[in-house]
Amino acid sequence: MDALLSLSNLKKYYATQKAVDDISFDIKRGSIFGLLGPNGAGKTTLLRMITGIFYPDGGSIILDGQPFNPIEDIQKIGYMPEERGLYKKMKIGEQALYLAQLKGLSKAEATEKIKYWFKKFEMETWWNKKVEDLSKGMSQKLQFVITVLHEPKLIILDEPFSGLDPLNANLIKEEIYNLAKKGATIIFSTHRMEQVEEICDHIVLMNLGKKILDGSVTDIKQQFKENSFVIQTDQSVGIKENAIFNTMSHIENKIIVKINPGYQSNDVLKYLLQENINIVSYNELLPSLNDIFIHLVENTHATARAFQNVQN
Amino acid sequence: MNKIWLIIQREYSSRVKNKRFLILTFLMPLLIVGLIAASAYLSISGVEHRNIAVVDPNGFIKNSLKNTNQISFSFPNNIDTNNYTQKGFTDILILPSFEKNKKADYILRSKKSMGLMLQESISNKINSAIEDQMLQDAGIKQSILDSIHSASQFAELKAYEDKGKSSKESNAGLAMGIGYASGLLIYMTMFIYGAMVMRGVMEEKTNRIAEVIISSVKPFELMMGKIIGIGAVGLTQFLLWIVLIISLTSVAMGFLPSDIQHQVSSLQQSNGQMAGGMMQASESAVKIYNIQHTINTANWPLIIGCFIFYFIGGYLFYAALFAAVGSTVNEDPQDAQSLMFPITMPLIFSYIITNMVTQNPNTPIAFWASIIPFSSPMVMMARVAYGVPSAVSYWELALSMITLIAGFIFTTWLSGRIYRTGILLYGKKVTWKIMFKWAFKNS
Repeated sequence: MDALLSLSNLKKYYATQKAVDDISFDIKRGSIFGLLGPNGAGKTTLLRMITGIFYPDGGSIILDGQPFNPIEDIQKIGYMPEERGLYKKMKIGEQALYLAQLKGLSKAEATEKIKYWFKKFEMETWWNKKVEDLSKGMSQKLQFVITVLHEPKLIILDEPFSGLDPLNANLIKEEIYNLAKKGATIIFSTHRMEQVEEICDHIVLMNLGKKILDGSVTDIKQQFKENSFVIQTDQSVGIKENAIFNTMSHIENKIIVKINPGYQSNDVLKYLLQENINIVSYNELLPSLNDIFIHLVENTHATARAFQNVQN
Repeated sequence: MNKIWLIIQREYSSRVKNKRFLILTFLMPLLIVGLIAASAYLSISGVEHRNIAVVDPNGFIKNSLKNTNQISFSFPNNIDTNNYTQKGFTDILILPSFEKNKKADYILRSKKSMGLMLQESISNKINSAIEDQMLQDAGIKQSILDSIHSASQFAELKAYEDKGKSSKESNAGLAMGIGYASGLLIYMTMFIYGAMVMRGVMEEKTNRIAEVIISSVKPFELMMGKIIGIGAVGLTQFLLWIVLIISLTSVAMGFLPSDIQHQVSSLQQSNGQMAGGMMQASESAVKIYNIQHTINTANWPLIIGCFIFYFIGGYLFYAALFAAVGSTVNEDPQDAQSLMFPITMPLIFSYIITNMVTQNPNTPIAFWASIIPFSSPMVMMARVAYGVPSAVSYWELALSMITLIAGFIFTTWLSGRIYRTGILLYGKKVTWKIMFKWAFKNS
């Protein structure tokens, strides 16, 4: 597999917490990768190590085939942190230019690229405005442009859609697909599972500093399915208890059933046909990522991560 | 290095282009000149006149008590404490019956209370009147007394510093003034620009832009860029002030009548003596010449050189500490207040020492305070104004400069370590104890 980024045994320990505890995974070149986890799982710490803000306490990061060098590789990475920040009093054009130059672009190059992106996102009139004049959604767009301006190979977006209306969210989403098509690799960190299902090819779920799930979205759904089916009937019917399945819920014409071990989905159909029930539709119910997330994270006390003593 | 330069440019230009900078730079000298003029005007016009009625049963000092333009004494009859205001007097002075060589109470009653200075001057007047009266009683004529009194103005002290064979006129008053002014200026700028660095760091942290920038540059580069950029703003401001003051004074000189200007320049050529008594210099020309002459006794290149060095050194020393404090503050500016305390205390303390040193440049405390980098920028400036090597020897100056350089390298290193942890840490209240842990733990 052609991995752009591969982490092995990455560790970061704070005085009272193992923020990232022995995490390894690979991210394929050109993929859209979802990094999930509850609050305090260690996502931000992990991302900060990948962006070179923090040095890991152990383990290695390989970026683009070479050991990660925080100083040289700055230009290969675009990072949009969860907590957005811009200079409120600075003009938007100057600000974008400044941040692009800090990434290593020359002034002429940066100006050209800013103009391209500003035109694309219909932001040309913003050049001489200040950030304090922008709405939250507008500054979000600006922050996105600043993140991808220098054409990084690895784009890290921490909650990129928070605060955006559906129209602008779609605009950014389209752009994320475009960038991935052009070969950029995107790491996408969020709690919003429906977005992950829609966008990501591959996910890793973190909890309490450890990796608890790693795979493609479809594989994971298969892995966690519970043999449940949704049956739509043409009219409200009564279903008797039987050996083949349990009725999980029954609201008017919609019945959700769970097949007992030893039976197949066709056994359910046979039973229903015998009972002379008219079936309109019959579908397998795959768990949503949300369900999987809650199922895995629940009962680990992740909501209030306890402090612990860490022996280095 | 290229990136530090970008950061410096941004910090510098965003502040210099700011309207507040321009207003402060151009209004400050005008404000200072205005304040001096206003206080001079007030001290002339604001003097109250006291009309004092004297009850002198013996008539002992009636002839010797002299009026001034502020106080006039009169000796009316039939006056007492009940009616002096009706008769148009502001105060009444009641003398006891005079006995030789005996202390007695002289009572002054007023409707409006009297300032300490005025009371002292009245007391002096009464005493010298008694002295005069006693001298006259001993048989000395009034005319002789008058000539003796004027003799007290004859001697004028001119101090010279010996420098090998040559000697140079020195002026303690000027040295004190320069020392005090430059100490005060450094004290103020440490606060103003130190706080500016702190606010800048806090702004970046609370705006959350710090994380965006730190993914492009090292925290240390961001901190140093800010410190250097703001320091350059400070230097620019000084430069503009110097230019402004020089041009304002030369404009003011241009407004003088041409004959006075001419007299001043001929005084300069003849070293203070009017050539051949051909022409008598006017009083104002002599005054202007004297001011110029006094100012020229100071070693300006040394003072300006030292000022720039101590401004930069002191600024770097304190700005790094202010940056460290700024990086640990969360949303609450109240935290900054309490964390700033350990930095502002040595600054205020140094300022107090500076005030002492301007009068007494060679005490042990002056020596130590001018070596320790916490106070050396202010205290050493106050001492240098008295002259090198006459007040401060060369090795002292060198030692002070070296410790200051070592000091700011240390505070920058220390703050860099606190800053890189603090700038990305939110929601935790930081104390000095925690900051020291960040600075000195190995990682």
